[in-house]
Amino acid sequence: MDAILFYILAFFAVLGGLLMVGLKNPLSGAFALILSLCSLAGLFAMLHAEFVFILQILVYAGAIMVLIIFTIMLLNLKKEEIEEAPVGWMRLLLTATVCAAAAFGAIQIFGDVQPVTSQVPPEFGNMETVGRSMLSSFVYPFEVISLILLVAIVGVVLLAKKVI
Amino acid sequence: MDPIGIHHYLYLSAILFFIGAFGVLFRRNLLVILMSIELMLNAVNLSFIAFARHNGSTDGHVAAFFVMALAAAEAGIGLAILVMLFRNRTTVQADDLTLMRD
Repeated sequence: MDAILFYILAFFAVLGGLLMVGLKNPLSGAFALILSLCSLAGLFAMLHAEFVFILQILVYAGAIMVLIIFTIMLLNLKKEEIEEAPVGWMRLLLTATVCAAAAFGAIQIFGDVQPVTSQVPPEFGNMETVGRSMLSSFVYPFEVISLILLVAIVGVVLLAKKVI
Repeated sequence: MDPIGIHHYLYLSAILFFIGAFGVLFRRNLLVILMSIELMLNAVNLSFIAFARHNGSTDGHVAAFFVMALAAAEAGIGLAILVMLFRNRTTVQADDLTLMRD
């Protein structure tokens, strides 16, 4: 049962990624990416990562993708602005070969990884345990992240404003 | 079919990461490049979560949370730069942005 679910979700994650890279229109690409992100959320749930699963749906498939789709619609690109300059077969072949070789290498390395445990307690990965760890051992990175987000907000407002 | 272990998740993460890398290297539309970066970040998140599950520690979940926060900041700033570029140059193609080169 787990295996079937994993393969279905993995299939949709890879399909969404491939469509996103392959489709000409960025809006269709954004919807394909949402498919991929939602499948990944399902995989997180299968790995007992309850908190990250909720965040993936809320932050990634929700907030970030809405931001991207809003921008695409706001830009209102015409057909000739979407058209990319034609690329040679050589470049396609070269890039694909390099990426496939790198993926193959990574898979070779990952083949040596051995799991430490096979069972986790039922409270593993829920909001309470992750929140405890986040606000005790990772409290400084947590504060730095909030600072980064603040700087990003101010930066985005400054960048996108027409007249400051 | 053998039971799903840590390898399967790591293989999937590698495949997704390099699909994203291919998108960054091959596509010329800045919007698609940004989305490919999001896919790469997500693939890394998947390996974080897989390692966390198979080491029995929630540290990986915290790391994934930080990656998500950074991805949100990156998407916001990237899209703001893109909107500004489009306003000034009326293009979203990376090949047309050669101001620093010529």
